[in-house]
Amino acid sequence: MAKKITGNKASDAMIERAAKEKITTVWDRFMAQCPQCGFGQLGLCCTVCNMGPCRIDPYGKGPQLGTCGADADIISSRNMVRSVAVGAASHADHARDLAHTLLLVGEGKARDYTIRNPEKLRRIAREYGIDVSAKDNIQVAKELGQEMLAEFGQQEGEPTFPKRAPKRQQDIWHKLNIFPRGVDREVTETLCRTHEGMDNDYQNLIRSAMKVSLADGWVGSMIATEVSDILFGAPYPIRSKVNLGVLKKDEVNILIHGHEPTLSDQIVSAAQDKEMVEFAKKFGAKGITVAGICCTANENLVRRGVPVAGNFLQQELAILTGAVEAMVVDIQCIMPGTAQVAKNFHTKVISTSSKARFMEVEHVEFKEEKAGEIAREIVKKAIENFPNRDKKRVEIPEESLDLVAGFTVENIFHHLGGRFRSSYRPLNDNIINGRIRGIAGVVGCDNPKNQSGASHTQMVKELIKHDVLVVQTGCSAIACARDGLLVPEAAAKYAGKGLQEVCAAVGIPPVLHSGACVDNSRVLIACCEILKEGGLGEGIDDLPVAGAAPEWMSEKAMAIGWYFVASGVLVVFGSPMRVLGSKNVTKHITEDIEKIVGGKWAFEDNPIKAAHIMIEHMDKKRAALKLKPVMYETEEKITV
Amino acid sequence: MSLFRVQGFEFRIYRKNYFGFSHYSSLTPSYSIDRKMAKIFCDIKKCTGCKTCELACAIEHSKSKDLFKALLEDELPQSRITTEAILIDNLSMSVACQHCENASCVDACISGAMYKDKKSGETKCDLDKCVVCWMCIMVCPFGVISRGKKTSLKCDLCPDRKDYACVATCPTKALYGGSREEFKEKLK
Repeated sequence: MAKKITGNKASDAMIERAAKEKITTVWDRFMAQCPQCGFGQLGLCCTVCNMGPCRIDPYGKGPQLGTCGADADIISSRNMVRSVAVGAASHADHARDLAHTLLLVGEGKARDYTIRNPEKLRRIAREYGIDVSAKDNIQVAKELGQEMLAEFGQQEGEPTFPKRAPKRQQDIWHKLNIFPRGVDREVTETLCRTHEGMDNDYQNLIRSAMKVSLADGWVGSMIATEVSDILFGAPYPIRSKVNLGVLKKDEVNILIHGHEPTLSDQIVSAAQDKEMVEFAKKFGAKGITVAGICCTANENLVRRGVPVAGNFLQQELAILTGAVEAMVVDIQCIMPGTAQVAKNFHTKVISTSSKARFMEVEHVEFKEEKAGEIAREIVKKAIENFPNRDKKRVEIPEESLDLVAGFTVENIFHHLGGRFRSSYRPLNDNIINGRIRGIAGVVGCDNPKNQSGASHTQMVKELIKHDVLVVQTGCSAIACARDGLLVPEAAAKYAGKGLQEVCAAVGIPPVLHSGACVDNSRVLIACCEILKEGGLGEGIDDLPVAGAAPEWMSEKAMAIGWYFVASGVLVVFGSPMRVLGSKNVTKHITEDIEKIVGGKWAFEDNPIKAAHIMIEHMDKKRAALKLKPVMYETEEKITV
Repeated sequence: MSLFRVQGFEFRIYRKNYFGFSHYSSLTPSYSIDRKMAKIFCDIKKCTGCKTCELACAIEHSKSKDLFKALLEDELPQSRITTEAILIDNLSMSVACQHCENASCVDACISGAMYKDKKSGETKCDLDKCVVCWMCIMVCPFGVISRGKKTSLKCDLCPDRKDYACVATCPTKALYGGSREEFKEKLK
């Protein structure tokens, strides 16, 4: 393995260690898979029915039709639509679990949880049309939980949250018949459309992708975000640490990994329990450290300031420090390879969801009703594992940096306008007067196929240099935090002059971390708030905003990308979605679709070039709104 | 169906030629090769018929040598290797030019475009001389020459790279580029 594989010192040190000890990591496995299948990359392999598998020759000499007669357009769009449905289903099921927890709290069955944000509970309940007067929080939680759960199985009508969208977007969705009816219905219908011999019109299939993704972004993900805020408290800007250096040499280290905050929140509480700390001391440890990986980390970081050990690709590397007693995993993005790496150390991987189990991995089934008890049991298991740690094999990299995270739609009001006149006006004014060029959401996973996290930093630096305010979620935010972009000081170092002035005046970093990957829904709501404030057009497609996932890898990222495109935003992906095998589909989603929904796709591997695609798009939108030119235009031309 | 020997095995090969109808070749190939010469071999026990070699070959013979960018080129690149399904035991096999010693394509070529490289023993096609009469395609016992836009297309053993694109990409390592002896050694 090459030494500078990720460009991150802590990661590279661990990768080197893995190579020395002959432990395979995601990079080895990726190299072994290379070169990857061209048919797969182009989306031209169809495994839908058993007359196949069929492949289309992208270069025209071989077969152009599958056995059933499906051409490249049908096959590639059908594959893509399936992935979007899976992505939407993943977010929806995450959200369902949270809504279920809310209901259990309301029914008094989940006694370990409280309503940490009653103000939001009552606000959302009112939005759902629940009469909250003369009802206590518990009763409201029950009713809201029921209402939300009902929206998953809803067959007709319209869920509540999509009505938050600007009127223009809603009209477009109605006109195209892509306004989601319920979550499960859209997922089922989308999957049914991709059966052999069903929907054979690629444009209709793509509309279906948009419909199911809207059911994700404006219903599933949004419910997940809002319920998490209600149960676990609204995020508030909070300082914490990031990178593998957060693990402690003489303490019991517990990693929480996955996506749901339900159990991990309880584990954080249990680990702070005096009784538990005493118990740890009995086993020779000085204390207990809980650190996060992936989006469970983000969920707990933005609410409780739990340090972040790493993002998606660092999950194996964290175990390779040899200092982890237990890695508690819930759902999504837990590589099977992680469990294999753990076999080389004393680390116990503990799976907790009945939906995500592993062979030969200890399983402690999570039940909301007994959350506290289960969390304590897991923490105890970790502590009892501490004496098994081989002290000679502990190698914790020193790298850890500060970050500030937890900027949301609600609290950004305060930062922008102060406590007495909280509003989006200052943000809108600064976009209008050209101090801020626009807003970019840089989100998504990290991927060995791209630069294992480095693309995010390069893209974000280029964006803030050009006075673009960046909002981040998920593993992308952790990648930038590792490079010190998530602190207010970063503005002076990397940002353009206009953005610098805004950041200095308000005291925010130029890059705002707003949570886990379900929290991309916060970005949608933020767009609505900006529009409500006025002066920047009528629909989301008028705003100078763009989104990017430079190192996307999961199907959830495709769903997220699609709901932003369907809501009128330009989305740039690093490696292309697997549709390039079809010229028609590629043209449709990268060009024609802009006239239909306002948003469109772009694919660009080079993060700097991708940043400039976004900047150009923002300039185009600014020109259409007849805004003033950007105040401090940087003259530099792109040279890459 | 054509019956011929490859690596000591006898196979019936069913193929469609590029004129659209089934091609039953009764020709017995003159199958003897220069032992020192390199060419592409296929271990049929490992070949899964995934056609990755075909794709890699086409990419290697494109201008950009990139999967995605090749799609945007005016003239789409063509593969010079083909994956054939062998009906016995549902096996598949990847076949490229066998660089025959007494190559029938060289004999049949009316313009003298097809020739044997005396040094390497490789069968080559001089693209400037090719008059697209397709005689080579008619006579090739392996059916490994195909129609290009302006010339015949056949395996040129990747002159632009040190290894062979198809061999490098084969996910099951079924393909091998080298001499017959080396391949036999590898099979052991």
